Amino acid sequence: MMLKVCDLHFTYNSHPLLSDIDFSLNRGQLLVILGPNGVGKTTLLKCMNAMHRPARGTILVEERDILTLRPAAIARNIGYVSQKSETSRLSVFDAVLMGRTPHIRWRMGRDDLDKVEAILCSLGLESLRMRYVDTLSGGELQKVSIARALVQEPELLLLDEPTSALDLKNQVEIMNLIRRVVDGHRIAAVMTMHDLNMALRHADQVLFLKEGFIHALSTPQAVTSEMIEQVYGLAVHIHHLNGQPVVLPLT
Amino acid sequence: MHADHGQVPEEYFRYLGWKISVIAIAAIGLVLAMLLSLGLGSAKIPVLEVIGSLLGQEGSPRVDAIVRGIRLPQAVAAAVAGGGLAVAGAVMQAILRNPLGSPFTLGISHAAAFGAALAVMLGSGLNTSGRTAVAIIHPYATTTAALAASLLASGVIIAISRLRGAKPETMILSGVALGALFTAATMFLQFFASDVQLAAMVFWTFGDTARASWNTLAVMAAVTLASFLYFWANSWSYNAIDAGEETARSLGVRVGRIRLLGMFVSSLITAVLIAFLGIIGFVGLIVPHMFRRLIGADHRFLLPASLVGGALLLLLSDTVARLVLMPHLVPVSVLTAFLGAPTFLWLIIRGRQP
Repeated sequence: MMLKVCDLHFTYNSHPLLSDIDFSLNRGQLLVILGPNGVGKTTLLKCMNAMHRPARGTILVEERDILTLRPAAIARNIGYVSQKSETSRLSVFDAVLMGRTPHIRWRMGRDDLDKVEAILCSLGLESLRMRYVDTLSGGELQKVSIARALVQEPELLLLDEPTSALDLKNQVEIMNLIRRVVDGHRIAAVMTMHDLNMALRHADQVLFLKEGFIHALSTPQAVTSEMIEQVYGLAVHIHHLNGQPVVLPLT
Repeated sequence: MHADHGQVPEEYFRYLGWKISVIAIAAIGLVLAMLLSLGLGSAKIPVLEVIGSLLGQEGSPRVDAIVRGIRLPQAVAAAVAGGGLAVAGAVMQAILRNPLGSPFTLGISHAAAFGAALAVMLGSGLNTSGRTAVAIIHPYATTTAALAASLLASGVIIAISRLRGAKPETMILSGVALGALFTAATMFLQFFASDVQLAAMVFWTFGDTARASWNTLAVMAAVTLASFLYFWANSWSYNAIDAGEETARSLGVRVGRIRLLGMFVSSLITAVLIAFLGIIGFVGLIVPHMFRRLIGADHRFLLPASLVGGALLLLLSDTVARLVLMPHLVPVSVLTAFLGAPTFLWLIIRGRQP
């Protein structure tokens, strides 16, 4: 297994937010964490790269316990794309080059620049390379964030609601891009999101969180309307359209 | 995973070349401004004679006395102070993620003024006759008090920030509150001061590059250079913090530590420069913004550009301040405030975006 999360517990001010979290993931697999607002999806994601320190448990990436590593070493193993990308007066090339920060001590070398160019080309971002980041659209910005995380050469990619602020076309583009990255680079990816249909369409596994516990962990095909109703408190019907599950609320 | 290798296009190197050219042009401008500054004044000295005097060639003792004895320390002080304050401002703006971050807006200057006022109250001010109405008889006591007060202010800001998780808003609000506190304390001292003491306090707050001696210049230059090298080594960390705290942490940047150390070192430069020269506002605010617009916010280039550009701006301001009301020598801080205040308002009206 590429990623193993064992017996993870997280507390905030002595109040348990996450309990008994256990799951694993292989290379080339995408896991989507689902659940209502405030259930701890982002907290779980941030525990996985030690941005939040769990009270108990281990997170193994390629058998290495992430919680024992220094921040730069964690960044060499795990890439993270935050929900909201901040803009600054930096060129896209330099914003992606920033992803090499955990690999350098003093200055970027030619090798680092070459890797940035390769990632930009592989994600189709070469036409943006000299644009300032603060002139990009939301979708372009999110693609640049993904490129920056990939140039870290991670084994595991974490994405916190990467499509939440995007229009439908950009949502589809970003999800296709993530799928392509996971398959093409043979890395594992864990993401949080709210869109059940998008999750069921692109994920290899979905994990439902309820009240800080794992309520269900399954393949998209095995998700049932009862599962969704128990987690969200909303009756739904699952249709199948061209072999893809489609969730419709029954209101 | 292992990323493939691509061929970096020429346009990227041209883009880097543009940034380097801007810094080089500013550096050439600094050298020219230095020659200009050394030649201009109540006694005009031709540039060739200035160069000859600087190179130690046989010349008139009068020219040597004016160029090397009077004008050179002042010009070098202006360049060092301008560079140091601009670099400190650039780093404060980065770590606070706020365009209005500068030594002046964070209350450090106000603390220095209080320290100097306290020293004057305790006996370092003196009334003299002649051209100078008021002089400070114990400049080192005043300088030490100003330095101690500035470091105390930054120490309090850092301590409060550590308690609250090194958040930018905590640093800014603490700085603003301390600024108000030290201003009130200075006013309290001024209220009870004698006429002579009051004059000495006010005189000290006029930032004046003519106060520097070669010894104090050595200290100022050493602190500025060492701090600049520390900042420059952390350029990528500041770039990452600019991209958001979460992004920076995900890149392995210890955001809290970088922020606190950045705050400490930039406060130290400010404290040393202000303690020796008096308050010189707005250079730390304006210069980083000017260069951010010209060459972007990449701190690998923004920091050296701010160093050279700050030196150039303050040296030019100092030269103009010496010439504008000849034979009266206007302190440079008056001119920078006149230039800086409208820029400050423009930044507020214009908002966050660079």
